Amino acid sequence: MNSFHVKILVYLKEGVLDTQGKAVAKSLIDSGYSNLMNVRVGKYIQLWINAISSEDALKEAEKMCDDLLVNQLIEQYEIEIES
Amino acid sequence: MKTSVIIFPGSNCDRDVIHAVQEITGEPVAPVWHKEDTLCPDTDLVILPGGFSYGDYLRCGAMASTSPIMKAVRDHASSGRLLLGICNGFQVLTESRLLPGSLLSNKTLTFICKRCYIKVERTDTPFTSLYNEGQVVQFPIAHHEGLYFLPPGELRELEDNGQVVFRYCSPDGEVSPDFNPNGALNNIAGVKNRKGNILGLMPHPERASESVLGGTDGALMWRSIIKWLEKEGA
Repeated sequence: MNSFHVKILVYLKEGVLDTQGKAVAKSLIDSGYSNLMNVRVGKYIQLWINAISSEDALKEAEKMCDDLLVNQLIEQYEIEIES
Repeated sequence: MKTSVIIFPGSNCDRDVIHAVQEITGEPVAPVWHKEDTLCPDTDLVILPGGFSYGDYLRCGAMASTSPIMKAVRDHASSGRLLLGICNGFQVLTESRLLPGSLLSNKTLTFICKRCYIKVERTDTPFTSLYNEGQVVQFPIAHHEGLYFLPPGELRELEDNGQVVFRYCSPDGEVSPDFNPNGALNNIAGVKNRKGNILGLMPHPERASESVLGGTDGALMWRSIIKWLEKEGA
């Protein structure tokens, strides 16, 4: 078994209203960043998984995304894996 | 009528709803801790109460949807028996995929706690049969993530199937963006599954069940359920 470091970026799908992003954008624009067009905020989740191979670790992480970490009605995600 | 109210870590409306249902119906209501794997014997109605289960970590209701008791809750609902989710309970139901949609942060970016006017659109459900169609009732809301969202195609399907039970409205029943507290799509405040035995809503009927709290519109929900159970059986 090896330990794999899995990095998951979770963010709202296009078209899903991101009120947090809007609030952050407003604060930045109010602070003088007048070139700012838009902000969208996501989540960065790191997992450490024991597995035989990186393929197995990836499969396990994807299952965790489906089961709990990501709500695929409103969110999408990207996975990166390091041994 | 026997009712099980599920308590998750962070639930905080469990006592309110137990009190309201007991007081109005005179029937037994049992608290059930989320680590249990069975409901109270012969449960007719399961209520998932409001609150902040698991501190709203990850997404509101997401962690609670994986609690041990949820298997029994799913089995209960799939056998056609009644399941009601209020506020955080509604979020748990959408995260469990027992109801369509998702609850996003309010468009105001704030927590909103106030009394709202709600239009009852469906009276052919076990939960609303004693209301009049189109009746305007007043229930309080208290949430930060209450913006009901569904992708456009699925939203159309939800509307076509008549699954919207409650909408935010004016005191006269006008449904428009001016009377939408949180930005919910189509002013949606509560939806049911296609079969009609599962209902989720953001407003709190249990906080409008006794006149001491300023209104009794919510009491009709508990009376509707009793009446439905007497007629249809469990």
